[in-house]
Amino acid sequence: MAGSSNETPKSRWASGVAPYAEMGYYDADYQPKDTDILCAFRIVPQEGVDPIEAAAAVAGESSTATWTVVWTDRLTAHEHYQAKAYRVDPVPGTDQYIAYIAYDLDLFEEASIANLTSSIIGNVFGFKALKSLRLEDMRIPPIYTKTFQGPAHGIIMEREYLNKFGRPLLGATTKPKLGLSARNYGRVVYEALRGGLDFVKDDENINSQPFMRWRDRFLFCMEAVNKASAATGEIKGHYLNVTAGTMEEMYERAEFAKELGSVIIMIDLTIGYTAIQSMANWCRKNGVILHLHRAGHSTYTRQKTHGISFRVISKWMRLAGVDHIHAGTIVGKLEGDPNSVQGFYATLRENKVAPNPVQGLYFEQDWASMPGVMPVASGGIHAGQIHQLLHYLGEDVVMQFGGGTIGHPDGIAEGAAANRVAIEAMIQARNEGRDYLNEGPEILERAARWSPSLAKALEIWKDITFDYASTDMPDVMVTPS
Amino acid sequence: MRITQGTFSFLPDFTDEEIKAQIQYCLDRDWPIAIEYTDDPHPRNVYWDMFGMPLFDIRDPAAIMQTLTECKATFPNHYIRISGYDRSLGRATTALQFIVNRPANEPGFHVERQEMSDRRIRYTIRSYAADKPSGQRYE
Repeated sequence: MAGSSNETPKSRWASGVAPYAEMGYYDADYQPKDTDILCAFRIVPQEGVDPIEAAAAVAGESSTATWTVVWTDRLTAHEHYQAKAYRVDPVPGTDQYIAYIAYDLDLFEEASIANLTSSIIGNVFGFKALKSLRLEDMRIPPIYTKTFQGPAHGIIMEREYLNKFGRPLLGATTKPKLGLSARNYGRVVYEALRGGLDFVKDDENINSQPFMRWRDRFLFCMEAVNKASAATGEIKGHYLNVTAGTMEEMYERAEFAKELGSVIIMIDLTIGYTAIQSMANWCRKNGVILHLHRAGHSTYTRQKTHGISFRVISKWMRLAGVDHIHAGTIVGKLEGDPNSVQGFYATLRENKVAPNPVQGLYFEQDWASMPGVMPVASGGIHAGQIHQLLHYLGEDVVMQFGGGTIGHPDGIAEGAAANRVAIEAMIQARNEGRDYLNEGPEILERAARWSPSLAKALEIWKDITFDYASTDMPDVMVTPS
Repeated sequence: MRITQGTFSFLPDFTDEEIKAQIQYCLDRDWPIAIEYTDDPHPRNVYWDMFGMPLFDIRDPAAIMQTLTECKATFPNHYIRISGYDRSLGRATTALQFIVNRPANEPGFHVERQEMSDRRIRYTIRSYAADKPSGQRYE
């Protein structure tokens, strides 16, 4: 172990610098308690740094340690508060290791993502002894989960509220995302909803700019929503983005959305964890569904060896209490390895998630009946991919076709209808026992015979795919059989 | 207009065989079938009238189709929907729901706008048919 010597062992409390592993931050015999928070970190130690010492350093700096011995530790039950690296596995064929670290529950404030993350990712990511560090996964014990509100409504309540069952929900983001006046913007919302979508969405950066102030947008969008609802007999929604510079401003916008009768509002991940929790509480209290756009996440989720995996962000956001979160499309224009994305979806939707190395899930996660978050698939998807989307993402998902609705040659409503026909035809075929993944194109072609809007959509986008290698994939691959 | 509530309203109306296939899908998953009808298709009318109890113990799609036939004969000009219900832990909700009968003429909805201060509008969606008493709406 780095730092050991053949001389007489010096006292644990001798002043100066001691290896973290020798200060109690590594314990190969430690048996994690059911109440511990467990983390899996991917670490790349600098040349010459022992991986066990590197793991111990992460445990130390994310719990009680500083760089040198301090006598004031002796005033505490330090063994209890010290996080413990208990397992360090090399990742074959790389310079990476997976370090498993256990944290006692007493290290964290109840119901605070800010506190949880300030501990676990607060200090360690810039650590010089590591080349890079990534938080791959966390096991949140039910006893801690139960301190959080969780999703304001959750998947089941949302479906019962919207009166929509048995198929994915369909949405679109208004395009162009910047520059439309509020009145023209509402036109896009109306056409898409009346054509067949369930939701339209503000984009992440639509807040309150000179070309369209928030209050005007809210008024025109609600005209569109209500008119579309009357035209179809369905409940419709538009995610009114209330993201703003201060909490006071966000509350004001949310209150106005509620007053106008909007079923849903949205926020961006950029507002911060505490603000997200506050808005989730507000949404529970006021009966408004909460959509979260994961703006900015790729700055830290995408690279395999540094940052935070999106499966961890998924867990934090389920605790924080959002009802919707963008979680990848697999087939669309944005990063998303199929197995990893399916791991995110499982994390968001299911009650008990088993460890699954193929999907990058390191731990069992028991959500203790906390409602699920509806994942949202958005970014470069179209009707011609419906069979793949349904196969990979399942039914409890919002599929959002922005360009794939608004870019339809016959207009927005026709684009919306194409998507709705495609999903309903695919659900029908699936329920009838068809091999819809392989027969998907044929199922769509048949529906296109009586649906000109679907026929046009298939024709214009049939060859559009986004095939690029993923930068973030689990270590364990399925061997093709 | 055509009310597009339910899982399959954008598809051409299902044949009996197609309805039966969806019922079979539900039964294969232990989702009991319920048959409900209404002449008030407002999007927020949650509680359509039940055509008898949910068919908890009927596992034969043909028997369910028979009940549906009776419902259609009794309410030929009502909306009728079929639901599959998933009682499993963590779900306890409708799993599939689709309209299998609708009035020949669907007059649709009117949006009432109550103009308030500061450009705000309070919207009410009203079914044209529901202006008449229940039972006389789609004759």
